[in-house]
Amino acid sequence: MDKSLIRNFCIVAHIDHGKSTLADRIIEKTGLLTAREMQEQVLDNMDLERERGITIKSQAVRTVYKARDGKEYIFNLIDTPGHVDFNYEVSRSLAACDGAILVVDAAQGVEAQTLANVYLALDHNLDVFPVINKIDLPSAEPQRVKDEIEDVIGIEAQDAPLISAKNGIGIEEVLEAVVSKIPAPTGDENAPLQALIFDSLYDSYKGVIVFVRVMNGTVKKGTKILMMATGASEEVVEVGYFGAGRFIPCDELSAGMVGYITASIKTLSETAVGDTVTEADNPCSEPLPGYKQVQPVVYCGVYPADSAKYEDLKEALEKLQLNDASLFYEPETSLALGFGFRCGFLGLLHLDIIQERLEREYDLDLVTTAPSVVYKIYKTDGTVIDLTNPSNLPDPSEIEHMEEPIVNAEIMVTKDFVGSIMELCQQRRGRYISMEYIEAGRALIKYELPLNEIIYDFFDALKSRSRGYASFDYDLKGYEKSSLVKLDILINKEQVDALSFIVHADSAYERGRKMCEKLKDEIPRHLFEIPIQACVGGRVIARETVKAMRKDVLAKCYGGDITRKKKLLEKQKEGKKRMRQVGSVEIPQSAFMSVLKLDDDN
Amino acid sequence: MSEQFIELYIHIPFCVRKCLYCDFLSFAADDVTKEKYVDALCRELECMGEERRDASLSSVFIGGGTPSVLPADHIRRIMDCVRESFCLQSDAEITIECNPGTVTDEKLRTYRECGINRISFGLQSVHDDELKTLGRIHSFGDFLAGYRSAVNAGFTNINVDLMSGCPGQTEGSWRETLEKVCSLDPAPVHISAYSLIVEDGTPFGEMYEDGDLILPDEDTDRSMYHLTSEILSHYGYERYEISNYSKKGFECRHNKGYWTGTEYFGAGLDAASYLDKKRYVNTSDMDSYLRDPAGVRVLVESLGKSDLMGEFMILGLRLTKGVSGSEFTERFGADIHDIYGKEIARFVKEGLLEEEGGYIRLTERGLDLANRVMQAFI
Repeated sequence: MDKSLIRNFCIVAHIDHGKSTLADRIIEKTGLLTAREMQEQVLDNMDLERERGITIKSQAVRTVYKARDGKEYIFNLIDTPGHVDFNYEVSRSLAACDGAILVVDAAQGVEAQTLANVYLALDHNLDVFPVINKIDLPSAEPQRVKDEIEDVIGIEAQDAPLISAKNGIGIEEVLEAVVSKIPAPTGDENAPLQALIFDSLYDSYKGVIVFVRVMNGTVKKGTKILMMATGASEEVVEVGYFGAGRFIPCDELSAGMVGYITASIKTLSETAVGDTVTEADNPCSEPLPGYKQVQPVVYCGVYPADSAKYEDLKEALEKLQLNDASLFYEPETSLALGFGFRCGFLGLLHLDIIQERLEREYDLDLVTTAPSVVYKIYKTDGTVIDLTNPSNLPDPSEIEHMEEPIVNAEIMVTKDFVGSIMELCQQRRGRYISMEYIEAGRALIKYELPLNEIIYDFFDALKSRSRGYASFDYDLKGYEKSSLVKLDILINKEQVDALSFIVHADSAYERGRKMCEKLKDEIPRHLFEIPIQACVGGRVIARETVKAMRKDVLAKCYGGDITRKKKLLEKQKEGKKRMRQVGSVEIPQSAFMSVLKLDDDN
Repeated sequence: MSEQFIELYIHIPFCVRKCLYCDFLSFAADDVTKEKYVDALCRELECMGEERRDASLSSVFIGGGTPSVLPADHIRRIMDCVRESFCLQSDAEITIECNPGTVTDEKLRTYRECGINRISFGLQSVHDDELKTLGRIHSFGDFLAGYRSAVNAGFTNINVDLMSGCPGQTEGSWRETLEKVCSLDPAPVHISAYSLIVEDGTPFGEMYEDGDLILPDEDTDRSMYHLTSEILSHYGYERYEISNYSKKGFECRHNKGYWTGTEYFGAGLDAASYLDKKRYVNTSDMDSYLRDPAGVRVLVESLGKSDLMGEFMILGLRLTKGVSGSEFTERFGADIHDIYGKEIARFVKEGLLEEEGGYIRLTERGLDLANRVMQAFI
């Protein structure tokens, strides 16, 4: 394989700026597929992804382009997830590339996420060239956007192709630019094998399919391979490359090539993204840099609404994990919610996606507890624990101090909303870092924020305070000592474990008060009065009361009504069955969820 | 289990204008439609009579809608048809519902002539502003005139419907409504006092959804309800059902039939029947009904033994007298405690049921929370 004819690249863009559409056009124009074979968006093949307009799992596609110079080039287009939750996966996909196309919307210009993605690409030494998309929009301002790219990002943009991916304008130019601006891969096919895993997926026939970029050496059927970080070792059954939507076997993959390996590997945990594949009998001297073990950032309890569905939930999680090694779960029990699982996610979007897939693909009704970040508890005996479930917080007397995760947040917003966004960040215990105007009228605000302040409803609050104009990105900075307390909720004097959470001491009263108010609205009246109390360390800091029920009667029931009234009573009875019994109080499922949304501004 | 007597309900689905809270089937209609409807009704009644030659009618209830929007001779035709088609007991209770805004001396005289012996007036409130809010077409003055006409026409068995928990109502205004009605001369012998239910699909339902319907809160509503029994009992009315009060001997026999499992025919659009342990309902489509009034009855549910026992409880408990253990045994061949012992004990403990003299009944508190009790029996 002549390496000079290979181009390995990805497309980076802010969400909705047209990444997937451009990918479709590239695949279409390179002619490996007829227009008829094209799925509407080849790279996004999960329904959910399509609906949300985002790409969850990275995938790759190999196409052949006959350039104006008369030569045929192999294009390996590697798709990257566009969300901060999947930052590590993005970084590994980028590491598999030699260059990147930056897509910028001709009307919207540079956004916070664009910046984050470009910087990530530049960090991986990729050659990045911009294209200006959606130039056919009436509001398009290509020149302004070009200037902005040069000013803000600092890359040459004056000769950026002006395109409309949607309408197929300017695609040829992009393809030529890929040939001329993205470097061919380097590497030695005769050196020991060194291949980067940038993704993998589970297939019930082939086992795990490992997506790799070969940096050095050659891999073929029969090669005994070793995953350097996990230590897994197997004989290769098949190698091949990525046709659009299918796998095409080939004889070998050599330095510079992108493709897949199957080797009767049974679980994704053996093929961690970022790991290096080498030959077991002739290993490379060092693994490729950048491997990290992925750690969940956000945890929550996931319970079946109907406790009889526990086994179904367990099976669903097992199946999901086959295709998503970053999903973590372990059994957990709650006095209020029964048997369920504590699940760990890469972020809130990841949590949302998993929850939705469980409900949609596995037809499960779920109750989830408030998401919690991972706190570090330094105990007086010198040990440190990672706390993922607030209920497991040790007794305060055993705690020396606690630490919480902090993120670096970048918010880009038009100047009219700077004030209210800063106010929001202050409210969320943010530490102001800097603000710069990246062009007239738009500012990039940097804050350090505790992760637990942004996992509830920060996105919603941000949107409502900026009328949707703010864009937001963050990455984990590290842990900091913080004054944290556990807030417990007592309903009718009984503590409801599923409602406990960790909160900063200064916000405990406010949050407790709001929780009580919310629960008061959610819990139906009973025959008796129900006190709802928020407590910190056994001290009541807020209280509400659900008054005793006074009326639950059908005023009328005559001959024509009887059947209907009976149905009404049956419905009421059914509704009660779906409630959770805590002591003598019946709590609707919705109560557990509603307390997650406590921001008054929404 | 064919009983010797049966009840008859006749539905008149017309009104001048639909009230904002009403979820019964009714609408405004022209004279031709009314005429055709009465024709169809008579055909259906004839067929019903054929169906159950063995049974005699113990009561007839002409309800709606607003039966009094029909011209007097329509009612006469209907009653003539009832007499021809059925064996009507000589002491049968025959009721017609009237809207105070639609009665005339002539209509009331006709009702009397064709054997109707009970009038039910939908008054709801003595305050014209409240009447307007409810979408009623009449004023309190209209009612007083209609009531006087009914008395003059010779009616002694008169019911007045009242409504508590209405938008804009206060405890004071409700007290006034109750007192003014009780002080009528002669006083009505029966009062139905309902607490407003906001039903889906009504204009009130929509307003409620949109937050545009401001109702008295639950506590005020209950105070009004308790005020009702207090005041009515002071004036000599006894509560015999969750929302019904009467002077001694004037309980509505027809309605009591519904709560004690009596069979009934329902004639007219959307009317329900209960025959031989089966519940039926007529079509609600006017064209279908006019085409084939006797062939539009649809089976809604067929009651098995446990259904019948459940209904015995939930309907029977609406009566303040409660359900009789011995009657339960007589009907179902089982001791009520063997079937529902656990439920009864629980509610007695919670103070919602009480047991006395072989009867099980809702307590004062239980009347407020009847649904919680009834749910356990279905």
